[in-house]
Parts: sequence; C-alpha cells; structure tokens
Amino acid sequence: MSELTNVYIAEKLRNQFGGAILSASEPYDMLTIVVNPSIAHGVINWLKNDAEIKIQFLTDVCGAQFPEIEGQEFCVIYHLHSLTNNIRIRIKSFLPASNPIIATVTDLFESANWQERETYDFYGIIFEGHPNLTRILNVDEMDYFPLRKEFPLEDGTRTDKEDKYFGR
Amino acid sequence: MNEFDDKSVEQIEEQEYTTLNLGPTHPATHGIFQNVLTMDGEIIVDAVQTIGYIHRAFEKIAEHRPYNQITTLTDRLNYCSSPINNMGWHMTVEKLIGVEIPKRAQYMRVIIMELARISDHLVCNAVVGVDSGALTGFTYLFQWREKIYDIFEQICGARLTTNIGRIGGLERDFSDEVYKKIKEFLHDFPKGFTEFSNLLERNRIFVDRVANTGAISAERALSFGFTGPNLRAAGVDYDVRVMSPYSSYQDFEFAIPIGEKGDTYDRFIVRQNEIWESLKIIRQAMDNMPQGKWYADVPEFYLPPKEDVYTKMEALIYHFKVVMGETDVPKGEIYHSVEGGNGELGFYLISDGGRAPFRLHFRRPSFIYYQAYPEMIKGSMLSDAILTMSSLNVIAGELDA
Repeated sequence: MSELTNVYIAEKLRNQFGGAILSASEPYDMLTIVVNPSIAHGVINWLKNDAEIKIQFLTDVCGAQFPEIEGQEFCVIYHLHSLTNNIRIRIKSFLPASNPIIATVTDLFESANWQERETYDFYGIIFEGHPNLTRILNVDEMDYFPLRKEFPLEDGTRTDKEDKYFGR
Repeated sequence: MNEFDDKSVEQIEEQEYTTLNLGPTHPATHGIFQNVLTMDGEIIVDAVQTIGYIHRAFEKIAEHRPYNQITTLTDRLNYCSSPINNMGWHMTVEKLIGVEIPKRAQYMRVIIMELARISDHLVCNAVVGVDSGALTGFTYLFQWREKIYDIFEQICGARLTTNIGRIGGLERDFSDEVYKKIKEFLHDFPKGFTEFSNLLERNRIFVDRVANTGAISAERALSFGFTGPNLRAAGVDYDVRVMSPYSSYQDFEFAIPIGEKGDTYDRFIVRQNEIWESLKIIRQAMDNMPQGKWYADVPEFYLPPKEDVYTKMEALIYHFKVVMGETDVPKGEIYHSVEGGNGELGFYLISDGGRAPFRLHFRRPSFIYYQAYPEMIKGSMLSDAILTMSSLNVIAGELDA
C-alpha cells in the first residue's frame, strides 16, 4: 500500500469521479477538494466506504457566502476526518444563489442533522432529503437568513443607536 | 431493557401518553435546555429538543470584529473552560499568520489549558453527584475550582470569562505568586480530589444509580459526532492533543483514559481519570519550563510594553494599530482544533485579507453531540435522563453559540 498523501488521495478521487472534481489544493496542509454539488454526497459516501482512506468521522458542516462570485454565491464546507489514518479532508461545493440545493448527508452521518439545519437556518441552503429541515437556533418566525452578507450586523431601522447620539 | 419490549405495537398505541415540558428553565438541567418529553408513566417514549435560547450570533459578530476582539466571544462558548477556547482561537490566528511562538509560552499555555480542563471536569462530575443526590461532593469540589480561578485571576485578572493570552503569546510572564499558587494547588488538590473519588467512584449506591444509564455504542457515538470524554467513554481513544498535537503536547507523557459502555458511569470515570492525567501534564510542564520569552515577535498583533508606547514612536504606531484592529492578515482558509473540555473545539476561518474574518465558524462539540440525547434517553426513566444530560456536560453557551 502506498502512503496516503494528499496528492495520492486527490489523484484517487480524480480517477473515480473525473471532471466532477473541480480542483484540489492544500491550504495549510489540509487537502481541500472542490466538487460539483451534484456529486458531493457521492464523494463523501465513497470516501467513507473506501477501504484505504476510511473516513469515519464528519467533523463539521458549515456554509459560507461569496456574494461577488456570480453563480457560486453559496458554499457548503464539509470537514471529514479519518481517525485510523489521521487524515483530514475538506470538501467544498459551490451553489448558485438562484438554486441553493444540495443533497443531505444525514444518511451517512447522524451528526450532519443539526449542522445542516444550522446551515439552512443561517444561509438558506436547502439540503434535499433532510428529515427535518427547520430552523434550529433562530426563531421559527424569522423570514430572512441572518448570516448572509446583505444583512448588516445591527437592524438598520433602529433609531436608538444612531451615530449622532454617540458623537460619531 | 424497558417494558415495551414484550408488548405489541397495538398495545403501545392504546396507551395514553403524557406530554411533559422539561425546561427551558428547569432547576435540574443546569442551563437553558427545553425537552418536550412524551412519557408513559415514568418512562420516556420520545423527546423533542428545542435549542437556541441563548443564541448570541457570535459568527455574525465575528465578521465585524478585528481578530483580537474575537477572543472575548470565544470566552462565552464553553464558559466552564474559557482559557481553552481563548488559546484555540489564538492558535488558529497564529497558524494563519504563520507564527511559531516560543516554547516557554507554549508550556505556559499547556498549564493554563490543563487547569481549565480540570475545572471543567470538576464541575461536570460534581454536578453528576448532585443529580444523583450527593450534594456533599459538589460543595467540596467547588472550593478546588475556586483555587483554579484564583490562579487564573493571578495570571490575567479575570476568573470566569478570562480572555487569557494574546495572539502571539501571553500578556505577561507568570509571576512568583502564580508559581506559588500552582504549586500549592498541585500539592493540596490530589488529597481533596481523592476524598471525592473515594466518596463516589466505588460507592455502591452511586454505581447502581449511574451504571447502564444513558449508554451509547462507539459506532453510534462516532456517527453522532461525539468527541472528547463522551466519545472516549464509549471506547474510542480519539484525543486531539495526541492525534494532532498543538502547543507542544507531544512533549508530555500522559494516558488517554477510555471507558467501555459509554454510559453515565463510564463518562464519570473517564473525566475522573482525565483530571489525574491533566495533573501529570501540569507537573511535567512546571518541571521542564523552558527559559525564554513568553511572546513571539509579531508587533502587528502583540501589544508592545506600555513604557515603550510612551517613549518609542514605532511602539506607539503598533499599539494604535493593534488596539484599532487595523492589521491586515494573509488571505486563506484554515481549520484548527483543540481538545476542549467537551471535545474537539474547532475554528474554521476564511480570511479575505481584511481586518475581520470573512467567515468564522465554531465547531462546538456540545452542539453536535447533544442531538444524540433523545436516542440515549428513550426507554429510560425521567430521573436517569437528568443524569444523562449532566454527564454529557452540555454547556448552553457552547450549544447555542
């Protein structure tokens, strides 16, 4: 068995998924794979079942928003961890703002459940097939997704915090 | 084994269930947690959790704060062991800007983090005692937590939300008083802690009460994203300090205690043993404390000494830049994790080169493993559910961010 380096894993993924693997890089030594959203679930499933890499642990799921990148406004980031090989892999998938839908990974890892709900809660990214995709930290009545960049930190309609009261 | 096992589905459906609101402000839940329980008499049939009562939008606030002002946000995640959160954040930024901090500062950080871990575990285990009816242990252990907070106070001036350390090192060297207090603690604490261990660890009443309640298998625990003592209690020896050592943890000899069944008793014992291991680490760090500086040479992040600010132009400029948060950082994305009191505390940071993070996500262990709670308490008694929650050590601040 050859040594499991980042380059080797990236090559293995390219052989398996071909052009759907959009890029592979190593920022700060962590293998980061950008994949087409349609195969994100497939890649994670494959990494989980691969006899060599053996990803057993989903460390983290979170979202991000890049408003200036047209057609790739949203991003879902998965951090995977192989406890037997001690390798961490980051999978990123960019989604368009017009249709921010990606398949859920709750069928692979139970821990994805709340983390995907959190991502939905803050960014409005829809996880298709999720058993209960509702808000989790914010109130159910909220009608916007607060971590999106278009929302300022404080409510713009508030009058009690105007700058002039603070001499600014 | 619960009483449903020998009944048919029809029989169960015929039964009438009671809905019980456990929380949000129930005195037995040590924080703001709401669980809507479906009860069949004393047995829990189902549980639905509501969380987010103390959500404070830290991730949004972090996108508008310079890096050194985010430390205070991390204080308020797991407030039982704030120093670990602070250090985790400092190390993330140091990794991003590519700074290696001096060995001495790393050892000092290890001492602080292990003290914090002890205080975190003390609270958890003391509370497990309280919830099973043993208030005595709690009152005894809290005086030791008090001593740890005295040490923190001596180091940085604060006790609970410490804001300890700086990006690039620590704010000042340990004073003689700090060394004296730590030595006193290392000398006196084992005796007091042994009393607590003798009170509960082999106590028949306690063991009967907590063994085999709230168990979870290693496989389920991994799927649910358990980390830290709760995962180790289920038999998986995953510890970030050993897997991906940070802050010179590779220099220290210590064991990873593990359990077998992942029940409340195992979680209690794993935490008990980890306290002894933490003491070992602190002793080694104290004995082998390297000489040198306690901060790295990063003037753009580390505040210059006050006397220099008054007398030197350059120091004044850096002081201004640090305080106003006008320091640029490299672009990039980074994930760094530390072994927090409850498990892997991760920081995922995307930097666009500006003064504040473009995106900062906290991987909060409590948030991730608390979703297993309904599965762990189904079929058990209400009073066991309370114990299960306190032994999981779910901290509301960490849960809700």
